[in-house]
Amino acid sequence: MTGNEVVAWGALAAGAEIMYGYPITPQNEIMHYWTRLGPRFGKKFLQTEDELSAGFTTIGGVLAGKRAFTATAGPGNVLMQEPLSMAEAMRIPVVVVVQQRGGPSTATVIYSQQEVTLTCFGGNGEGLRLVYSTAFHQELFDYTVKAFNAAWKYRFPTFVLADGYQAKMRESLVIYDPAERGIEMVPSEPLVGKPGMPGTDRPPAHLRNAFSVEEELLAALGKDIEEYEAAAPEIVEADAFNAGEAGLLVVAHGIVFRSVAMAVRELVNQGERVGYFRPITLRPFPGAQLREAAQGAEQLLVVESAYGQLNKLVLENLYGSGVPVRTLFRPGVGITPEEVAEKCRALLAGKEG
Amino acid sequence: MEILPKMPKSWNPATKPHKFCPGCGHGLVLKALGQAIDELGVQDRLVFGCDIGCSLLAWDFFNVDTVQTHHGRTTPVMVGIKRARPELLTVAYMGDGGGYAIGSQHLVNAATRNDLITCILVNNTTYAMTGGQMAPTTVPGQKTETTPYGRDVEETGSPMLGPEMVAAISHAGAYVARGSVGRFRQLKNCLRKAIENQMAGRGFSFVEVLSTCPTNWRTDAEQTWGFLEETMPKYFPPGELKVPGGKEE
Repeated sequence: MTGNEVVAWGALAAGAEIMYGYPITPQNEIMHYWTRLGPRFGKKFLQTEDELSAGFTTIGGVLAGKRAFTATAGPGNVLMQEPLSMAEAMRIPVVVVVQQRGGPSTATVIYSQQEVTLTCFGGNGEGLRLVYSTAFHQELFDYTVKAFNAAWKYRFPTFVLADGYQAKMRESLVIYDPAERGIEMVPSEPLVGKPGMPGTDRPPAHLRNAFSVEEELLAALGKDIEEYEAAAPEIVEADAFNAGEAGLLVVAHGIVFRSVAMAVRELVNQGERVGYFRPITLRPFPGAQLREAAQGAEQLLVVESAYGQLNKLVLENLYGSGVPVRTLFRPGVGITPEEVAEKCRALLAGKEG
Repeated sequence: MEILPKMPKSWNPATKPHKFCPGCGHGLVLKALGQAIDELGVQDRLVFGCDIGCSLLAWDFFNVDTVQTHHGRTTPVMVGIKRARPELLTVAYMGDGGGYAIGSQHLVNAATRNDLITCILVNNTTYAMTGGQMAPTTVPGQKTETTPYGRDVEETGSPMLGPEMVAAISHAGAYVARGSVGRFRQLKNCLRKAIENQMAGRGFSFVEVLSTCPTNWRTDAEQTWGFLEETMPKYFPPGELKVPGGKEE
């Protein structure tokens, strides 16, 4: 099935109860499939007037205690940063699926990896979010389920970051009930509208994200940052292959990783000293894992369909290690295994620096 | 023995006296709302959402679950809650900037969808907390920080008629009214009916409230009351504009 259909089934498997959404290519079919599944499984949906509203109504659904989610892309992701800043500041566990497209707004409706910075750090805040970058359809399913769990466990906005290719292409997958795999879903709970008389039986919920003085904000944010940093080591996920032996370590995420994995395995079969490192979480970033994988590597190659958005994360997390970092940037364009292999061969032969 | 004025039961006494400027109308609107909540007995299932601007100062005003949201975004948050938990009653509380300028698309679309929420919009003809700039409701000739020589309708348009717009675009079951802090009993009745309309599941409910801002109007008590009672009704006539089944007052 297509990636968008996978997301709808993943949300269903995760026990999502309501989706709020606004049409934008290439994520539309998530809504299309969700609204088709709705009557069969008692699920709700609201088509809002724009992405601002989709984000804020999703916040409302979560406040009401439901596993609520939305999906967007490109200019919709830009607009959604306002509600997501609120969710971040107020620790509201919204789940957002982003099917990246090329920017700005109307540049292309098809594909890119140009929403990494926006998704990880967009909005007026510090980027206290969880961002899972998927590469396969099975992962779209697995990480959609995981996103609801992580959001409700850690109470930070949680993203499944995929792209236009994943959204539209067809691939096989295994649909499963999380309970059958021993995955216990973290229960959702209402933040407003709990039982009892507020002020008598229980304190009223007085939720705000406006503070009178700077120090008050600092204290609130300081607590959130501390909790985010403390949880980060158990949230981060990465994948590495042949890293310890590699003269050249290739770093990529999302669907570009698939080209990298093919190219690297082929080169290894040909006797080349190459390996790969793939961050699965982009926020928080698996920095310690990257540094370990990069130990002993003579050079790194960062491959992405953007102009250095992943590279910024890599450089920040490698600071001080001294490994030279090369790049293959194709902003908004897909990258084939052949292109990666060619670049690797050139670097291994010392041709490019 | 000193007899103190009675606070609505749904008010949060720990946060009184409230934080609004002397002479501000918000206290009266929130008193009317508090009385309406008490009379209807819905304190335990009502969720109150407030916008940015002066209305955000109401974030801890009631012993009622409250969410303070962003500029113009209170309506969608309340819509989101209501769609997820229809048994709750949601009240979106905003100013003229939040409801008629930055958030007007949400107001228009919630009204069009006939969302079962109650919106209360406080019209004091200015952006108050931001420092007294022109609002969509600033009246012709009114001086604000961005219309220092008075609002020129040729250049910036005429005051927005919110309830008239909502009445025109809303559907069967909607309740639309304009009250004033100068007519407290009538205002309380409007707010009560707006919540009752939601309880009955009839449709979207919207009440604009004419209110005072002596701080930004730079008016004394007499001038403040004069602007509220004489100038504002010329542009914004109070009364019910749409009542399910008719019989507007």
